[in-house]
Amino acid sequence: MDGRVIAAESKPWQNPSAQPFISLRGVTKRFGNFTAVSEVDLDIYRSELFCLLGESGCGKSTLLRMLAGFELPTTGSIRIDGEDMARVPPDRRPTNMMFQSYALFPHMTVEKNVAYGLLREGLKKSPAYERAREMLRMVKLEKLARRKPDQLSGGQRQRVALARSLVKRPKLLLLDEPLGALDKKLREETQFELIKIQETLGVTFIVVTHDQDEAMTLATRIGVMKDGVIEQIGEPREIYETPRSRFVADFIGTVNLFGGKVDVAAPDMMRLDIHELGPVLVPPQTGLTHGQTIWGAVRPERFSLSRARPENTQNAWKGVVEEMGYIGHMSQYRIRLANGVLIRVSQSNRLRDEDPISWDEKVWVSANPAAFRVLTR
Amino acid sequence: MNALTRSVPWRGTAWAFGKLGLSGRSLVIAVPMLWLGVFFLAPFFVLGRISLAEAIIARPPFTPLFERAPDGSLEIIASLENYRFLIEDALYRNAYLSSIRVALISTIFALLIGYPIAYYIARAPEPKRSILLLMVILPFWTSFLLRVYAWMGFLRTNGVINNTLMSLGIIDAPLRMMHTDLAVYIGIVYTYLPFMILPLYANLTKLDGALLEASSDLGASPMVTFFTVTLPLSLPGIVAGSMLVFIPAIGEYVIPALLGGPDTLMIGRVLWDEFFSSRDWPVASAVAIVMLFLVVAPIMWLQSVQNRRGID
Repeated sequence: MDGRVIAAESKPWQNPSAQPFISLRGVTKRFGNFTAVSEVDLDIYRSELFCLLGESGCGKSTLLRMLAGFELPTTGSIRIDGEDMARVPPDRRPTNMMFQSYALFPHMTVEKNVAYGLLREGLKKSPAYERAREMLRMVKLEKLARRKPDQLSGGQRQRVALARSLVKRPKLLLLDEPLGALDKKLREETQFELIKIQETLGVTFIVVTHDQDEAMTLATRIGVMKDGVIEQIGEPREIYETPRSRFVADFIGTVNLFGGKVDVAAPDMMRLDIHELGPVLVPPQTGLTHGQTIWGAVRPERFSLSRARPENTQNAWKGVVEEMGYIGHMSQYRIRLANGVLIRVSQSNRLRDEDPISWDEKVWVSANPAAFRVLTR
Repeated sequence: MNALTRSVPWRGTAWAFGKLGLSGRSLVIAVPMLWLGVFFLAPFFVLGRISLAEAIIARPPFTPLFERAPDGSLEIIASLENYRFLIEDALYRNAYLSSIRVALISTIFALLIGYPIAYYIARAPEPKRSILLLMVILPFWTSFLLRVYAWMGFLRTNGVINNTLMSLGIIDAPLRMMHTDLAVYIGIVYTYLPFMILPLYANLTKLDGALLEASSDLGASPMVTFFTVTLPLSLPGIVAGSMLVFIPAIGEYVIPALLGGPDTLMIGRVLWDEFFSSRDWPVASAVAIVMLFLVVAPIMWLQSVQNRRGID
């Protein structure tokens, strides 16, 4: 689940003086009465692997198509490498796209598909095919160069599509659900291969996906989209640990969401009054006032389970194990509290011979104050 | 279905046919086979037999196939004389060549006019698309003959076109369009255009828009995309449409008879004259048989080309 670790100095988004490579300002796209993308501001830096994550219909694909030039923004501006793209047609943009359906030309061989873009650049036949074969070697398909797309498996077609979109060395590669059509095992292998290729070539990638695991694995940063708006932009860890809204907290991973109010908001102590849990201590934070409506979000793995009441915390509740699922490296629990509230808890199984908490046991659920993420929307 | 196949009458019938060596499958194929046999193959053999005979003034106007020789044995009278006559006589050779030329030129024009129309309809949004398709098919609702007569009204010396052009002062004297090859081309292209448009439309609607986007994304201008992606992928539609125009055009009789001039030589007219004016059935039959092979040959050739393509 964890994102890629990048040295701090290579995180240009943390450096206010860094020049963004792609810059969207107030980009809106309407189709008739329907607003697909609404007022999007987004900066993406060179060599990033940026993921646009959201459910189908959230506007992520429309945003990608606007970058490729297939759609024009209704309002707003798109700049790539400092150049305004408003009047640049798709065939003159420094971008290439890998289509969700791959869109391989069925009447051309693999080799011809890959060389197609180079020939359009005016490259002569023999150097074009030479470079196409080089690219096919990189995706390990050189042996299938003479095949037609319908003689390839899904995974092979995906590689041809990738080779074709990379062969022109675009400044920006747009990938629409690049792994969506592959089965799970192949998808996981391909994810890391994609990262390797991206790092080798240093091309900026923008990936559209609805798969949060894929986004977490691939991305340097993720933009979570909902209803045409980018809800939050951040590194995978940021998005997971410090979501800014209930939507993001709920969309990425599993979360327990509780509603309530701020009870005490002092500089040295903060207490929430949660409907489901009663008083809860959280680390003090600014920007909250007494009586404000808030939501507390806790990841299942941030709760602890014990048979005896834990002594060092006030945030502890009594309950009964209603359901338990043993997954191997971890176990998932559903704990029913005395007031009927259901809490999802997961515990990692570190010891081989421990006596696991099981069905119908009376247990204490506890969480240290930092486990609670306080959300205001 | 299951209840039907389990019923007694069904099983009884199936058993009876099974005894005769007939399965359900061969029964299904038997109906179209019978149709083709009765209405195509049998007349074809009759025609072939007449083409081997000699014209006589009698009823029927050709020599019988079998004749009793003086010694009492049966003799078969057949000769390829009529075919030799067709090859030697320049009239027939020219008529065939001119028919092929007219059909070929008409097909090319129908393709050039039909392709953009089919492309436009295929790319049109849904409610508009159905209306446009309807407009293509609409002429079929009036008689073909009436439509050809309507063209006579347009092309005549004091027809609609000449009158309009003269009243606008564009020309001083009427253009001679009626009874020319031009009129024949106009008539054939007009009549068979829907047969070109419909298969092309059926092919072009299947064209995946993502392919066009991919081509443009890889740096191809719309023009280049058309020639490298759209055109090669629509080749089956082009072949089907061209066949549907070329084949009927080659044997066309009515259009050259009504719109063409006396020098418009087409095999359909020669055939008509041979049957009804000269009453030379054997030669007319030979003309028909040769024409059939002229039409079948390009189909066979295209079929084999397509099969070979499918294999590699």
